[in-house]
Amino acid sequence: MLYIKCPHCGWRSQNEFSYGGDATVKRPELGKEVTDQEWDDFVYNRKSLRGKHWELWQHLSGCRQWIKVERDTATHEIFKTLKASEEIS
Amino acid sequence: MQKYSIFSLIKNAISNHENWDLAWKDPSPKKEYDVVIIGGGGHGLATAYYLAKEHNITNVAIIEKGWIGGGNVGRNTTIIRSNYMHDDNALFSEFGMDLWRRMSQDLNYNVMFSPRGIINLAHSDAQMNVYARRGNSMRLNGIDAVLLNREQVREIIPMADFSENVRFPIFGGLMQPSAGTARHDAVAWGYARQADSMGVDIIQNCEVTGFDVVGGKIKGVRTSRGDIKVKKIGLCVAGSTNILAEKLNMKLPIETHLLQACVSEPVKPVLDRVVTFGAGHFYISQSDKGEMVMGGDLDGYNSYAQRGNLPTLQHVLTEGIAMMPFLSKLKMLRTWGGIMDMSMDGSPIIDKTHIEGLYLNCGWCYGGFKATPASGWTFAHTIAQDRVHELNAGYNLNRFNTGYLLDEKGLGTKTWIS
Repeated sequence: MLYIKCPHCGWRSQNEFSYGGDATVKRPELGKEVTDQEWDDFVYNRKSLRGKHWELWQHLSGCRQWIKVERDTATHEIFKTLKASEEIS
Repeated sequence: MQKYSIFSLIKNAISNHENWDLAWKDPSPKKEYDVVIIGGGGHGLATAYYLAKEHNITNVAIIEKGWIGGGNVGRNTTIIRSNYMHDDNALFSEFGMDLWRRMSQDLNYNVMFSPRGIINLAHSDAQMNVYARRGNSMRLNGIDAVLLNREQVREIIPMADFSENVRFPIFGGLMQPSAGTARHDAVAWGYARQADSMGVDIIQNCEVTGFDVVGGKIKGVRTSRGDIKVKKIGLCVAGSTNILAEKLNMKLPIETHLLQACVSEPVKPVLDRVVTFGAGHFYISQSDKGEMVMGGDLDGYNSYAQRGNLPTLQHVLTEGIAMMPFLSKLKMLRTWGGIMDMSMDGSPIIDKTHIEGLYLNCGWCYGGFKATPASGWTFAHTIAQDRVHELNAGYNLNRFNTGYLLDEKGLGTKTWIS
């Protein structure tokens, strides 16, 4: 069982969260000319890292806020959590 | 190679089974090969076998980081089916069903193919309509499909919950009578033994550390057991696809996720079909040893762990008990996990790449095991002829760019939603 520290509510079990995928994927800027390749990278292509991975989770059965979590995809160790508005350093 | 038969069995019984030949050799890598297959799982072994058998290419090496058959071919729930609606999936899978039916004879190895039939349960009128549509599509593609009503399902699987006050009553189901199961390890070992006998080198404990790409062409592969010169490489590494893609500076529409399975303690024969729950994601069959073999949802987040967490297992087994209440009385014997190469439309990729001589076989999601022979056959064709076969033309990498997705389930790009 993962044990995730919600930046708003504190430590909560994995059961309260739902997953939202890679947090480093950025939508191409609005109004900018977008190539097929850029759109592909945004919609489909993923690095799917083995090791440290920044990802989005939603505290669905809690405060309902989206958060960012840095987790190891091989060991499940969680290093850091951020509010969705905070930048990954 | 020693042929397995009743006579070889008797002969070896007399010498206390101490003189059987090794099923495959343990060679050191040569300096150069015509083709290198990376990944000694079911698909990689099958690819090497069909390269040798169908295309007479025998200067081939299979490179495996661990031991052959130790990944998903040794971790699945052994279900074989072709109950797909879209033409590309249906024709590919049905081609595979033909190979499954002949496999034990072809490989001279008993893979214990058991065409016991699969039943997908329906729990609403709407779902019955969807299954009728899928069944009709299957029959148009020459695949057997039977739509069962509630009473017909009850006759086949009376142990399911047919009581009145249940959350998901059984309305009926769609059955593919020719679907079934097979002994998963035997599939890997059978392909390995035959490939080896035709001259393929099976090299275990050999990790790929890098690639030599010059001018957009494959020149070689670097491994923990030395560099190998080669012009064609087939990548068959399932959940590790992204790790190797990164070494090639490729980004793929693949995420690696964890899928768990489990078996109960062995019990007397009770279930002679494969059954899936229609109001969630749960599938079950009974092994020849009597264990109930069960599986369901992904754990739901990127993972390379090859072991699962309890919440998903609880969720999956709750569905199982809702479908067949007697399961609550059984003790769990083992649980395990494997890492799935989840593609962004739920369908696999067997294709050439922008690098000349690099061929890609990945994105099998939940359905890798049943596809083993057809995947190996079409991938061998793609590598040998340097062009895709019509059977795997729909499994191209380009579809994510053009928008011609093969979205059998229509789930979109959230691969963790299952």
